[in-house]
Amino acid sequence: MKNNYIIQAWLVLLLAIFYGGALAGVQLTLAPKITENKIQETREKVPELVLGADKAGTVTLDIEPSTITVEKNGQTTFYSVFKATKDGKLVGWVAKHTGQGYADKIELLIGMGPKVSKITGLYILNQKETPGLGNKIIEIDWRSQFIDAPTSQKLAVVKTGADDPNEIDAITGATISSRSVCNIINAALNDLKSPLNEQITHSTN
Amino acid sequence: MSNEPTPLERFLQGIIPENPVYRQLLGLCPVLAVTGNMKAAMTMAGAVTFVLFCANVMISLIRNILKPHLRIVIFTLTIATFVTIVDRFLAAYMYSMSKALGPYIPLIIVNCIIICRCEVCGSKQSVFHAGADAIGQSLGFALALGSIAAVREILGTGMFFGVRVLPGVWPDWVIMALPPGAFFTFGLLLGAVNWFGEIRAKKN
Repeated sequence: MKNNYIIQAWLVLLLAIFYGGALAGVQLTLAPKITENKIQETREKVPELVLGADKAGTVTLDIEPSTITVEKNGQTTFYSVFKATKDGKLVGWVAKHTGQGYADKIELLIGMGPKVSKITGLYILNQKETPGLGNKIIEIDWRSQFIDAPTSQKLAVVKTGADDPNEIDAITGATISSRSVCNIINAALNDLKSPLNEQITHSTN
Repeated sequence: MSNEPTPLERFLQGIIPENPVYRQLLGLCPVLAVTGNMKAAMTMAGAVTFVLFCANVMISLIRNILKPHLRIVIFTLTIATFVTIVDRFLAAYMYSMSKALGPYIPLIIVNCIIICRCEVCGSKQSVFHAGADAIGQSLGFALALGSIAAVREILGTGMFFGVRVLPGVWPDWVIMALPPGAFFTFGLLLGAVNWFGEIRAKKN
């Protein structure tokens, strides 16, 4: 009996159960607060993404968070969507989406106009791209290219000299990171355009 | 057993004579990675203090029923639990700091200072020894992080704890706040510590 591995490891097993219980308790206590922090972080960005940085400070918006479920090819995707209204009038939408980047997942926020016809802003919430190259996706200079891009066409990455509104200049040395961001936005817009338009027609009727 | 260090000795040794960073050269990942400014460095020092204290005391409590060949598994399990608690706590109450420190909080699990103290003190001595040892070593670690972060933040951004201390004419040496600055600062400070140590040894 003494050579039985399970019996030898009784303390390890007992501690694992005890620690597991303690961690479950911590998670149950703190999870609501952490989720709230994340929503708060997004909520703070909504005015800037919908109205642009210069007008964001002057206007107070009503922000209504919701979840949109999209089912496609047997896969279900959940989108956190924030509806921004001012005095009951719809001013825009912000959607959160995550996708694969060069190093790790990129989590971003996309601002859209009230009719979901163009992009009004982009913000990167989380990324671990290469410092000095790929992580330039967080810089305002690069992100501002996306403003006013129409949602009727897919975004396309070009090496240099983007002239169409739906063309995006790649960051030098970080084509993959640039393309990843565009793909994440394209996927989100592709999924969200019809459910959002449905909501708009519902509310106007 | 009579020549084993007392709790007071354990406490004092951790601060300077056996400083985990300058003397033992342990736990250098956070020393280089999160010393760009004082706030991040002190948050890291606080997190390590909590984990080291809890893990050392916990290991000391169960030291008599530890099986030698399974002790490392138990150390790691204990440390990982307390690190996860710190990580969740920071995400709940210091969200922006938790984002700034990113992966370095979960990486405390592999901070060798903690496993070293569990092995050297926690698994061999009483709870009082273990607690005193943990606090001493943590103070030593905080001192090391603080000294490097102070140099880097002041030279790199002209600020200390986010408050401007150098006159506006100071051209911020941005490189000090970037990764190379960590290596320069740590190398020079380590050299200085050894130099002073040698002078003192000669005097005696």
